[in-house]
Amino acid sequence: MKIFKLSRNDTILMLGFAIAILLMPIWLQPIGAAYPDLLQKFAIFGLFAIGFNILFGLTGYLSFGHAVFLGIGSYTTVWTFKLLSMNVVPAVIFGTLLAGLFAVVIGYVSLRRTGIYFSILTLAFAQMSYNLAYSVLTPITNGETGLRVLRDDPRVLDGLFGVVQEGSPVGNFFGINMQGYPGFYFCAVVLIIGFFISLRIFRSPFGLKLTAIKSNQNRMRYTGFNTRPYLLWAFVISGMYAGMAGSLMAVTDPLAGAERMQWTASGEVVLMTILGGVGTLIGPMLGALLIKYFENIFSAFNESALHDMFSFLPSLLENLMVTVVHPFVGDGWHLTLGTLFMVIVIFLPGGLVEGVTRLFKRRKSDGVSAKNPGPES
Amino acid sequence: MAENIVLNIQNVDKTFGGLQALSNVNLQIEEGKIHAIIGPNGAGKSTLLNVCIGRLEPTSGTVRFDGEIITGKTPYEINQAGVARVFQTPEIFPELTILENVMIPALAKRDGAFSFNPFKLMSDETDILKEAEHVLEDMGLIDQMHDHSGSMSRGDKRRLELAMGLVQRPRLLLLDEPTAGMSRADTNATIETLIRIKERGMTKVIIEHDMHVVFSLADKISVLAQGAIIAEGVPDEIRGNPKVQEAYLGGAH
Repeated sequence: MKIFKLSRNDTILMLGFAIAILLMPIWLQPIGAAYPDLLQKFAIFGLFAIGFNILFGLTGYLSFGHAVFLGIGSYTTVWTFKLLSMNVVPAVIFGTLLAGLFAVVIGYVSLRRTGIYFSILTLAFAQMSYNLAYSVLTPITNGETGLRVLRDDPRVLDGLFGVVQEGSPVGNFFGINMQGYPGFYFCAVVLIIGFFISLRIFRSPFGLKLTAIKSNQNRMRYTGFNTRPYLLWAFVISGMYAGMAGSLMAVTDPLAGAERMQWTASGEVVLMTILGGVGTLIGPMLGALLIKYFENIFSAFNESALHDMFSFLPSLLENLMVTVVHPFVGDGWHLTLGTLFMVIVIFLPGGLVEGVTRLFKRRKSDGVSAKNPGPES
Repeated sequence: MAENIVLNIQNVDKTFGGLQALSNVNLQIEEGKIHAIIGPNGAGKSTLLNVCIGRLEPTSGTVRFDGEIITGKTPYEINQAGVARVFQTPEIFPELTILENVMIPALAKRDGAFSFNPFKLMSDETDILKEAEHVLEDMGLIDQMHDHSGSMSRGDKRRLELAMGLVQRPRLLLLDEPTAGMSRADTNATIETLIRIKERGMTKVIIEHDMHVVFSLADKISVLAQGAIIAEGVPDEIRGNPKVQEAYLGGAH
């Protein structure tokens, strides 16, 4: 089928990605990250970052308010749960679509400016939504308590098909409850589809035009392109990815709060993308993995865990190591992340992906020079 | 006669603050000809070109392309109508490869100002690829077409710039000093290319300092000085025109 066509290298990349994601419960076991809650987060934030990269990586427009779509996706999903059905399919579809609709409006206004002004406009929209969710929109968002599904919500469709909820309602995929591993696999499949779409966008004339806009937007205009609708589409697509990620958050845990839209959440996806590699295909996924790993695993290291880790050393050295390492883990995990971020931005502006490619290139050229020594050597 | 006019510039004035950059310029460009605009520095040549492609709007007067008024239209609309411009300082896409740089304008010609189909593959665009390769062959850039364009020499960038204009096969090509920064050999090669394309019937307007280029290419020359056209004619007429010599050799103030 033409829709699924990929070049040979891309097919390998696609298969590799799918296998790596689906096998995460196995290969993340040794580093202690293979529990369903965290795996779900990996998949959800990977999707968020991959979508963000379609805007930031291809067009160079840095949105600082993408978390607003995360929030919209979550709220819409919970409302769909409440009103229609606990089935996740309509919930995810509505969450994605409504986020897309908001993206049209926010994008249309924000894209009138470029550079820092664009970033500030998107940030303003997100903060505005965040504050509205706490104040005037309380009837929709349930304010600080957060929006949750209740046992006596109408759920028209479920009632129609005679689906009965026992206990507190959870999202289900035609009967399979979306918690624990099933929840992860659902998110993983959505992520893999999202990655495939992103790959195809990167390889399309549309993607090439977006890259050209990043490179020299003025020239694009004199070359005969109306750049505005291209940018708007990129913005809407990445907004829909964010909306979908927000939906998945509510799917795995049927609760939506306004803090999801705060500027820190918008900043996080920027960090993920830059850390992994802006404009690369797998970079955003790597960044999401790294940051979520740090946030959840590194932050859990406390002093006694450190003492265990260094217990093989003489006690004086053990105490010294614990003192040195302690500020970087536990509550101080931000320090490690910050340092890592700085090192990468300074030495590897292309992110982790650039680091890996460089390593491969060096190894390759080492191999070549060892086989056929040049005339000088 | 009148229907052969591709570009018709009528009574165009352009002032920047108190500075009169163009005053009452009238210029008719005939189909299939190479029309050179020469003049000393600051004569308003680039301003005139910018008015034609929609970068600047004239203070008064109109520019018609193919009988239709294009003043006030956006740059992309003017390009889509069939006017392409080759810039003086190379305006390329430095992050893209040479080949991609040429495929982009070819896509603009085929897809129009906007088309949305993210599920097409670039690798299926064989027609676009062929067109681009053809032009790159013409310009002698085919061997390095997979290199990044940002690291090219200035002369090569000029040739790439020209290739980007030519691949659109525009009805009217505006060239802003197409050979500036090129070696003598490259300049001659470019002149040959431009003459070859002339035979295919593409109308060209050239702004040029290099008299060698102007006199080997132009069918007609207009001389611009202090924002006004002071002479117009075939190369031989211009060569012997005392007003032109005065403008060029210093109007001894």
